[in-house]
Amino acid sequence: MSNILAIAHKELKSYFVSPIAYVVVGLFAVLFGVFFVSSLSFLLRISLQAGMMQGAPPININEYMIRPLLGNTGVIMLFVLPMITMRSYAEEKRSGTIELLISSPLTDWQIILGKFLGALCLFVLMLAVTGIHMAILFWYGEPELAPILSGYLGLFLMGASFISIGLLISSATKNQVVAGMVTFAVLLLFWVISWLGDPAGGTTTSQVLAYLSVLDHFDDFSKGVIDTSHLTYYASFIIFGLFLTAKSVDSERWRG
Amino acid sequence: MIEVQNITKRYGSFTAVDDVSFRVEPGQILGFLGPNGAGKTTTMRILTGCIPATEGRALVAGFDIFEQPIEAKQRTGYLPETPPLYPDMTVQEYLTFASRISGVKTSDRTNRIEFVMSRTNVTDVANRHCGKLSKGYRQRVGLAQAILHDPDVLILDEPTAGLDPKQISETRELIKDLAGDHTIILSTHILPEVEHTCTQVAIIKTGRVIAMDTLENLKKRLAGSETVRLEIATDGADPTEVLAQVDGVASVTVDSSKDGTSIVEIQTAQGGQTRQHLANAVVANRWGLLELRRDKMGLEDVFLELTTQDEATDAAETVVSEEPDSSLPSGG
Repeated sequence: MSNILAIAHKELKSYFVSPIAYVVVGLFAVLFGVFFVSSLSFLLRISLQAGMMQGAPPININEYMIRPLLGNTGVIMLFVLPMITMRSYAEEKRSGTIELLISSPLTDWQIILGKFLGALCLFVLMLAVTGIHMAILFWYGEPELAPILSGYLGLFLMGASFISIGLLISSATKNQVVAGMVTFAVLLLFWVISWLGDPAGGTTTSQVLAYLSVLDHFDDFSKGVIDTSHLTYYASFIIFGLFLTAKSVDSERWRG
Repeated sequence: MIEVQNITKRYGSFTAVDDVSFRVEPGQILGFLGPNGAGKTTTMRILTGCIPATEGRALVAGFDIFEQPIEAKQRTGYLPETPPLYPDMTVQEYLTFASRISGVKTSDRTNRIEFVMSRTNVTDVANRHCGKLSKGYRQRVGLAQAILHDPDVLILDEPTAGLDPKQISETRELIKDLAGDHTIILSTHILPEVEHTCTQVAIIKTGRVIAMDTLENLKKRLAGSETVRLEIATDGADPTEVLAQVDGVASVTVDSSKDGTSIVEIQTAQGGQTRQHLANAVVANRWGLLELRRDKMGLEDVFLELTTQDEATDAAETVVSEEPDSSLPSGG
């Protein structure tokens, strides 16, 4: 365990001694801010319209603002997370520092989990920044807390899945740009994979494709529903990603 | 301390290491000597557990590197060809990280780090970033990392590459110092390195250990048959036949002959009396003895001899040996 933490600590630190952490977290905050402001003004517009109508139910801030906002956050993650994970293995392999790790008394899993945890910490920090925006909403309005928390849980699980895929792809190449680009493409594919199916959704194929889509599973979380089938989906996504990373690292070793 | 049994490493159809076996006793320094691409780095990477061997077994500090990699790695320090430094970390941070993952006890960490930094002379750059260090410092920080957890076995891949002469001699002294309580394997293609630091030499060529012995024995073994150069004035007569019949002469080659003077190279089967017999033979034939000289064998010649002999028979193999570097990963 202490080995895992040592690697995680090193990973996290390496994000902060290079500009990566600041650029990634900073730009994420800017983009989130833009989405926040635009969804806020959208909320204001429809509440004005609703106010003009007699007897209309009050506008639900969770439904009209926070849910789409969290959905948009998922899109930002799609772009940002590959940049966090792309260097993890690729850079170490290119610079040869991976030799320090693999000649040290560490198991492959300790290295992988350490790297996973390091990237996850930076991602949580990214999400934590958006806590400020949520605090503002609580200050001026009365949103429901539970769906926000479940929405964040959904974002966390989705981010963790993205990171596990990112690690896998980074472990397969020495080139950071390749790792980043392929990760982005794969994540986007998982995002839109349900579009490939029949829109009516009748066939088995389209059901399978819809099940694979990371987006569809996130939807319920943002509505405030924590469904075990979605938890299972993300958990197996993460574990499978990390498992394949272990296999990739192992096969890399055999190829020399 | 280190025992390698019939290790073979193949990359597809290319064999990088071919049935290598050797032993290193505790406290010894074994020098791996061989031309570039001979399989030195591959062997070392197998011993440190970076890559598995295709066949064979390796015991490091009593542990099988394939069966019990963690135990073996705890007792091994490794300095790869390029020191594995994180450019964004300071030397202090780097060594702290290395001590954490190599299992140095928390209470010992500060002391160990200070100790290895003073041992490798890097204390003055403790707060500099590794990426900003000169080649010499990098090499020494890498060495500091390798000895950090006080391993029984040290594996150093070209530890003096890229250092200036002063640093080279310092590093050699350091390695010799370390040999007392560590068993060391180091690789090099620089011969004086081996002559200065190693107690044992293994010469590797195209993935095979073609000679392994102590330095003295190796020199002796080859010096046993010595080369004698003879310059004689024979007035045009061919000296080959006469000289070939002298006691202890294995072969006679006339290098050049002009104006009645021949330069002859003679391979002797045994050292000792052969030169005396040669001189007697020359005098008995009433030739003029202009020069009689033994070609002394330095390690350089030993090395060249061993790595170039049978060139004709396995020329094809030698051509293949040019390739390995490109098929190995850049780290190797």
